[in-house]
Amino acid sequence: MPTPETSIAATGLRKIYGDKRALDGFDLTVPRGTVYGLLGPNGAGKTTAVRILATLIRLDGGHAEVAGVDVAREPRNVRRRIGLAGQYAAVDEILTGRQNLRMFARLFHLSSRRAQQRADELLEQFELTDAADNGVKEYSGGMRRRLDLAASMILTPDVLFMDEPTTGLDPRGRNEVWRAVRSLVTGGTTVLLTTQYLDEADQLADRIAVIDAGRVIADDTPAALKNSVGSDRIDVVVQDPADLPAARKAVTAVAIGEPSSDEAEGSVHAPVRDRVGALTEVARTLQEQGIVLDDIGLRRPTLDDVFLLLTGSRTDDDTATSAKEDATA
Amino acid sequence: MSTPTRAGGPDGPPAATIDDDGPQRSAYWAVIDCWTVVRRELTHVIRQPSNIAWQLGFPIVAVLLFGYVFGSAMSVPGGGDYREYLMPGLFGMTMAFGFMNTAYAVVMDTTKGVTDRFRSMPMSSSAVVTGRGVGDLISASVDLLVLALMALVVGWRSDGSVLATVAAFGLFLLLRFALIWIGILLGLMVPNEEAAGNLFAVAFPFGMISSAFVAPSLMPDWLGTIAAWNPVSSTVTAARELFGNPVAGSDTWIEQHALLMAVVWPLVITAVFVPLAVRRFQRLSR
Ligand SMILES: Nc1ncnc2c1ncn2[C@@H]1O[C@H](COP(=O)(O)OP(=O)(O)OP(=O)(O)O)[C@@H](O)[C@H]1O
Ligand SMILES: [Mg+2]
Repeated sequence: MPTPETSIAATGLRKIYGDKRALDGFDLTVPRGTVYGLLGPNGAGKTTAVRILATLIRLDGGHAEVAGVDVAREPRNVRRRIGLAGQYAAVDEILTGRQNLRMFARLFHLSSRRAQQRADELLEQFELTDAADNGVKEYSGGMRRRLDLAASMILTPDVLFMDEPTTGLDPRGRNEVWRAVRSLVTGGTTVLLTTQYLDEADQLADRIAVIDAGRVIADDTPAALKNSVGSDRIDVVVQDPADLPAARKAVTAVAIGEPSSDEAEGSVHAPVRDRVGALTEVARTLQEQGIVLDDIGLRRPTLDDVFLLLTGSRTDDDTATSAKEDATA
Repeated sequence: MSTPTRAGGPDGPPAATIDDDGPQRSAYWAVIDCWTVVRRELTHVIRQPSNIAWQLGFPIVAVLLFGYVFGSAMSVPGGGDYREYLMPGLFGMTMAFGFMNTAYAVVMDTTKGVTDRFRSMPMSSSAVVTGRGVGDLISASVDLLVLALMALVVGWRSDGSVLATVAAFGLFLLLRFALIWIGILLGLMVPNEEAAGNLFAVAFPFGMISSAFVAPSLMPDWLGTIAAWNPVSSTVTAARELFGNPVAGSDTWIEQHALLMAVVWPLVITAVFVPLAVRRFQRLSR
């Protein structure tokens, strides 16, 4: 069966828990070979979407095909074409890395000899050869995630799902995982990843879908999303908080929108159009008034700005409730 | 890092051509996959030999405490050596506590995402459960073997025929087999490993309020009735009869029919709990 050009085609997915709509008209089209980031506040439905597409839970409505196969009708055929790296490194803690990979390879129905070979190849590819015969208990967080990835790659899937693949990792572990993901993509695998880290999406994803309340509310390249937020920002940080109103006034004079300020940091931010002009103007005005600055600068809009703009103010309450849920879970 | 191999490429296993479809093939893979999962359980036992010690710590302390410390104060109605009476009780108690191991293993796999990984793979889905069952039976056999050796050391003997002795151990494993389904069900119901540990509050009376240590006829009436009807008691009493150990005979129906009930109870438990456990497992995809 030829690999289709569209790796994931989901239309109108619905998933309802009691009276809670976890997914509510979720549409997503992922072309083959892309790394697609799913962003969204807590409880937006990212995990639910991934679990439906990976055949772990049934959908209540809509239609989804993964690698050209209907997830509701032929889940087993989907499972032959996907890999799943969930929020936890889903590997056996007591076995060694090598034993884990051999076991999973056997469960993917490779012959015993082929399973051994494949385990060795993957250990090599994910730079785990040295630790191959140590118990996974002794692995660092980054090593576990890499082993988890390796286990997801046994049949070199058409589509790899990753739910928060780097949550809880230190920067070094995160880099290791990023490197592994990038190398998978060169092999032609399509990746759908959810993340809480906007810089991760920025680093890895070719395209990003922002989801909120169970549906996709924006879907574009990271650059286009950032452009959609508008122009560059000026950031000014005063040394003495008493100078904040004056700084705000100076920024307002050059800004193209209402500036926002942070009392605690003593900072003012605002979007500007004429970048260098605005910067020199503000710097000059404040210097003339004898106001001492800790920092002044321009920055491109980040995905944080996109995220905050798109998912708006109701994010805060939602985050609070799902944080509570997490704590009690 | 090397470039990963594609499915269907020269190195990558061709996903779509692995021949595991059709009813015969799927029965074949159900067995092979089960064996792979069992191998994992066995590897656990081998890689963590100290677990057996943990497992048997309580029965060993119980032998010392009941066999020696209280031993002289314990009497067996109808006569007989208390230590001879005690040993089958300990075997039965260890089997009774065994459902906690199952529940614990299940909850660990579920919370760590291993169950989800299995479910996202094209493996036979029954193997997740059957592999657990067979694996647990094998490790229970190891527990029994170690306990039996220990019992021999402190002077316990089976006076029954070889066949009767084997049958008695078979009854212990049958009880353990039935409890696997309760263990799986509870493992799928509890939220985390601490909660699984709290199951001891259930396991303890289940193992102890039985004829394992004391004859039910020596207990207050109401408690004795509960203890006599405890499935653990039927298995233990039947095993005592088969081993030719002191039985502490009693004329209640349940104790008169221990051998029968040692088969009936596990079958009833299995019949009730297999569907419940399977349904709970299927509910994971809701
Ligand atoms: N098994 C379940 N039973 C009941 N409600 C559920 C269940 N799974 C998810 N939900 C609800 O569905 C909504 C979406 O959850 P989901 O886990 O998909 O969010 P998420 O975007 O992955 O969030 P997070 O960023 O916190 O991981 C949430 O409101 C959640 O409480
Ligand atoms: Mg999630």
